[in-house]
Amino acid sequence: MPEQDLTDAWCARIQEAAATHRPLYIHGGNSKAFYGRPVTGDALDTREHSGILDYEPSELVIRARSGTALSEIEQRLERHRQMLAFEPPHFSPHSTLGGAIASGLSGPRRPFAGAARDMVLGVGLINGKGEALHFGGQVMKNVAGYDLSRLMAGALGTLGLLTDVALKVLPRPETEYTLKQVCSQQEALLRCAEWTAKPLPLSAACWHDEHLYLRLSGTEAGVRYAQHQLGDSLLEQDSSWWQRLRDQQLDFFRRDEPLWRLSVPPATPPLAITGDWLIDWGGGQRWLYSKENAATIRQVTGSVGGQATLFRNAQGKEDVFQPLPGPLFSLQQRLKQAFDPEGILNPGRLYAGL
Amino acid sequence: MERSRFLAGLDLPAHCILSEEAELRPYECDGLSAYRRLPWLVLIPETLEQVQAILAYCHRLKVPVVARGAGTGLSGGALPLEHGVLLSLARFTDILDIDTANRLARVQPGVRNLAISEAVAAQGLYYAPDPSSQIACSIGGNVAENAGGVHCLKYGLTVNNIAALKVVTMEGELLTIGSHAADSAGYDLLALLTGSEGMLGVIVEVTVRLLPVPEYAQVLLAAFDSAESAGNAVADIISSGILPAGLEMMDKLAIRAAEDFVHAGYPTDAAAILLCELDGTRAEVDAQLEKVHALLSHAGASEVRTARDQQERQRFWAGRKASFPAVGRLSPDYYCMDGTIPRKHLGRVLATISEWSAEYGLPVANVFHAGDGNLHPLILYDANQPGELERTEEFGGRILELCIEAGGTITGEHGVGMEKIDQMCTQFNRAELEQFHAVKRAFDPDGLLNPGKAIPTLARCAEFGHMHVHGGALPFPELERF
Ligand SMILES: Cc1cc2nc3c(=O)[nH]c(=O)nc-3n(C[C@H](O)[C@H](O)[C@H](O)COP(=O)(O)OP(=O)(O)OC[C@H]3O[C@@H](n4cnc5c(N)ncnc54)[C@H](O)[C@@H]3O)c2cc1C
Repeated sequence: MPEQDLTDAWCARIQEAAATHRPLYIHGGNSKAFYGRPVTGDALDTREHSGILDYEPSELVIRARSGTALSEIEQRLERHRQMLAFEPPHFSPHSTLGGAIASGLSGPRRPFAGAARDMVLGVGLINGKGEALHFGGQVMKNVAGYDLSRLMAGALGTLGLLTDVALKVLPRPETEYTLKQVCSQQEALLRCAEWTAKPLPLSAACWHDEHLYLRLSGTEAGVRYAQHQLGDSLLEQDSSWWQRLRDQQLDFFRRDEPLWRLSVPPATPPLAITGDWLIDWGGGQRWLYSKENAATIRQVTGSVGGQATLFRNAQGKEDVFQPLPGPLFSLQQRLKQAFDPEGILNPGRLYAGL
Repeated sequence: MERSRFLAGLDLPAHCILSEEAELRPYECDGLSAYRRLPWLVLIPETLEQVQAILAYCHRLKVPVVARGAGTGLSGGALPLEHGVLLSLARFTDILDIDTANRLARVQPGVRNLAISEAVAAQGLYYAPDPSSQIACSIGGNVAENAGGVHCLKYGLTVNNIAALKVVTMEGELLTIGSHAADSAGYDLLALLTGSEGMLGVIVEVTVRLLPVPEYAQVLLAAFDSAESAGNAVADIISSGILPAGLEMMDKLAIRAAEDFVHAGYPTDAAAILLCELDGTRAEVDAQLEKVHALLSHAGASEVRTARDQQERQRFWAGRKASFPAVGRLSPDYYCMDGTIPRKHLGRVLATISEWSAEYGLPVANVFHAGDGNLHPLILYDANQPGELERTEEFGGRILELCIEAGGTITGEHGVGMEKIDQMCTQFNRAELEQFHAVKRAFDPDGLLNPGKAIPTLARCAEFGHMHVHGGALPFPELERF
């Protein structure tokens, strides 16, 4: 697709939508179409607005238009041995930068390097009045005005149409090793709690199919030393394993049943919900296929200070995201109003009424 | 509103209320002492219920409120109001809970930054953001300013190191924002509240994330004959794939001041020094030390030293951390700026500042977070010389505009407060400022929390005249010019 700047055209389109009260369904590569509540509206495809705008390796910053393919960005970074440290999932080859930030999803490195929102340095967005605005910037530290750029991460396009995003990038580690240890879920959670409290160069920790997978990143000498500290374990030869975990291509994810994502304090012991589990983020993100009803899953997750998202394959009329307490929800509604007074940007994708 | 009438209806023990001039005086300014205003009233509650009651009462009477932590802010954010309450969180100093398994600490807002790391040191943990003011500043103030420090290049700012907040709204309602899990449902209000300068709510509890203390840390000190070559060395290190735990620069004036003050062992004939800290496992750090040493020499360093032992390492850092007060000894007053620029412009911007310094006849010391591109030019002046403060402010304003022009921002970590409010008109256009105001109204429709700070009104920008000019069009055509 040729690179072009559609900001002006998009402003006009949103102004028109606001004037006629016709909602827009904003999407990039549609790789996360399954995620969130359904939206009815005129489709706006961001992929026509693409291209890397700024990238200088010594600045550790890349800025690109929202419709740019994630794969294009990652290839460019790879040439300079840099990376998007939050490891955004690519649920298809068409995933875009805008979609990655709007969904706010992060991959296996998240507990060790930060989430999508942690990497956002600045955004260009068009609000629901059709005004093109810029917040944040391309520098590491910036506290001028409220942080409206990080607020866009995870807002699923309901507060603004992203036009461009500046992200902090990190050097790719010199070496990465994966260790594989046989153990139960309970034992894996204990080991993760113990090891993440130690200064080890861990960059991912996942339990799946009675095995704990640990990734170590750093210099050759540093990684070897840490491997020694973590005890005898098999080295996983297949280095693409983490990528398949990130993109949900492991066999575990090949089911048509409701897939739950539980976000809990990482050291929480195994939860009493019957089903099949895959534990990522050293215990902090838990994937679950279960026949239990939504209310039970949410109640159990809530009781340990966490939240449950019906990530894929919703079958009934359940809420996708954990319901919010009343006062917090009304505050979020007022925030939505502040950005999108006519309610035309992806209305209802996150919650009914947002 | 009469103060006596306000007090008559206020349900708060007498020892939590300051209203005599002598008691109010210490609260007339924060760390930016050039801006002073005697508060109308200072309230120092002791319980959460009292904070809620004060806010609800002020909301009912439409009396504005300014929150105050330790008062070390450098942008006048906690500057009191002539007719409003200064709400001090100084008595909220309890560490409520330390959860080592999840590496979290739940603390009250008045807890000092350093006290957190001290409380968890025995568990081998620490709280990473380390502002130079960490012995004094409060965690509530850190959240309100999104404070940074020497370690932010590798470990992030306050926003990247907190998990949850409890916040009281202007109506007096208690909200829990974020959670002890990695993320929470709905909009990321944790990010929005961080750095909001007390404009959206009063922070009454903070859960911070803790990190394991690295097994080993070592620091390199490199001397350079010019600030420019030191600046280039910064870019070389970052592009080499190494992420130092800290990468700080000091120029000649700052080096000498720090050396006289704490005897850190700095080379006083250097034009600039870089302090580069590496941390991790011993094996990791040793490998990186060798690499960085070579890079620094290659970048033209006249001398590269590795701290001989942990004492020398502490000394190198003591000089850096004490450099503001050290520079303070050189001159009756100094004015600390806080712009951030892309690292590649470090050399050019420093050279321009030094030209202007000669032009204004006001010396400038530079000591800053080079790895983040976060400049802290310290302008030396004497407030007792008529006109010198005004010249200093003008010079400072030009530096901030230079930072914007270089693609940066007017504040990296100290906040806008009262001080940089006019430069906000340069950095943001009308629609962007309007969006900020709309967000403010979602939290505080009556504009009672810290009014007049952080986000300028459009009328103020029209008056200031230095507006963001976009595509050649004057930004505020409908507003009357003054
Ligand atoms: C010598 C020196 C060195 C410094 N070095 C650094 C540095 O390296 N990095 C850095 O980032 N900063 C630095 N600072 C600036 C300052 O210390 C920080 O901004 C700090 O975060 C302010 O904390 P405080 O508790 O003193 O807040 P205050 O000054 O009391 O308040 C700051 C702002 O926060 C608001 N506020 C305070 N508490 C609350 C609360 N509980 N709820 C809501 N709003 C609140 C106030 O209204 C005000 O707007 C330095 C200052 C000095 C004097």
